[in-house]
Amino acid sequence: MLRLFFHSQLQLGFAQALVAALAALTVILLARRRGVHLESETMIAMVRGLVQIVAVGSILVILLRAPRWTSGFLLAGMIAAAGATSARRAKGMPDAFRVSAWAIACGAGSIIALMTALGVIDTAITSLVPVGSMLIANAMNTNSLALNRFRSDVLAHRGEIETALALGADARHSVSSYVQAAFEASLIPAIDSLRSLGIVWIPGLMAGMLLSGARPVYAAIYQFVVLAMIFAASGLTSLISTMLIRSRVFSPAEQLLLQAGR
Amino acid sequence: MSPVVNPVILRAERLGRIVQDKILLQDVDFELQMGEVLAITGPSGSGKTSLLRLLNRLDEPTSGTVYVEGVDYRRIEPRELRRKLGMVTQRPYLFPGTVADNIRFGPAQRGQTLPPEAIAELLAQVGLEDFAGRDVANLSGGEAQRVSVARTLANAPLALLLDEPTSALDEAAKLEVESAIQKVVRDQGLTCVIVTHEVAQAARLARRALVLEHGRVARTGPVGEVLRA
Repeated sequence: MLRLFFHSQLQLGFAQALVAALAALTVILLARRRGVHLESETMIAMVRGLVQIVAVGSILVILLRAPRWTSGFLLAGMIAAAGATSARRAKGMPDAFRVSAWAIACGAGSIIALMTALGVIDTAITSLVPVGSMLIANAMNTNSLALNRFRSDVLAHRGEIETALALGADARHSVSSYVQAAFEASLIPAIDSLRSLGIVWIPGLMAGMLLSGARPVYAAIYQFVVLAMIFAASGLTSLISTMLIRSRVFSPAEQLLLQAGR
Repeated sequence: MSPVVNPVILRAERLGRIVQDKILLQDVDFELQMGEVLAITGPSGSGKTSLLRLLNRLDEPTSGTVYVEGVDYRRIEPRELRRKLGMVTQRPYLFPGTVADNIRFGPAQRGQTLPPEAIAELLAQVGLEDFAGRDVANLSGGEAQRVSVARTLANAPLALLLDEPTSALDEAAKLEVESAIQKVVRDQGLTCVIVTHEVAQAARLARRALVLEHGRVARTGPVGEVLRA
């Protein structure tokens, strides 16, 4: 229907973005009626997301002609941004940015490096940057979920944790069950994506490959490859972040530092 | 002949904690001799629980310190310090599993396995004979708190820190727990600090009292004199 009114591709794109944003806003209004206030956070996230992706789209035109080594800088920048975004989900957690950035850098970064070295990811900037960004973005989401779950669990079980400490337990041991729960919960989306691949959803990358003329079977296999890499990067990130954060919520004298509302 | 003076187990010296410009506790001084029971009372928000948390070093003092058997407690490894100053919290916070699992918890942290006889003995001290195999999910509030006391005693503490151990219980359970505490303290001659907002309970359990108001020591001395004032 929109195509009847908008003939230029750019105008059509903005109209489509507006319609999609309106759908998201409707959900936000419904949530507001139930007492959940996400208006400002969602509005900022949507505007920010649109500006960022349009900017990246414009930069991609230049990048197509840039030397291969520039992708390293781009991915490093993405990791830093992902670390900062993820750290916001860990309100009150000491060192959240450093933990997130390190976890994503080691988790997603090492999988990107390994897969590129083995030839699973092509070194061309047009391949490395989009695939790498997918791995980083998913690692970021996993990291946010892990830190958020760990934070909630620790705050909800403060009494149990301090009781264990008061009985002489090692600080890290006193939160080990919450570390495990956070790790498991953070991987649910990645596991579900792998499980439902091809049945519930046909991801964008595969659709893109098909549109650009790749053989359907290769496109399908490569989509599995990407999801497996996402799982590896996300799992490693979550493993590292939960390992790093568990000692940071305690002082050197093994006192629980995490407080609600800080 | 001079009277026998028991050694000082615990000494707080100008102990204080300020968090974000809010004074939780300031300049608290007291001494506790071996076998002595000290009641800490005061209105809500006066710093009673904060003081106990500082003694157990669950929080860090921002001024002053605590000496345990004459040693600055910052020089004692935190886990060892917490074993020495066993704490019982207002709510029992039992770990999932059986009563025996809970009793074994403290010694297990040091790699020790508590034999069944020792568990039975600890449970007998708090009046819970034959409770070892019970699932903690099926205990009443009073039973859970008594298990919590026995679990702390399993660490063979030098002193017991009790943070309003009966405040979350009904009258019958309160009496059960209080008599269990009384028995343990009397039988073992345990050094004990009990936080309570009940004047009558303080009088029943302790010989000396310290009253906190706005984070400062308002009065201290023999329980009868202090609590009448």
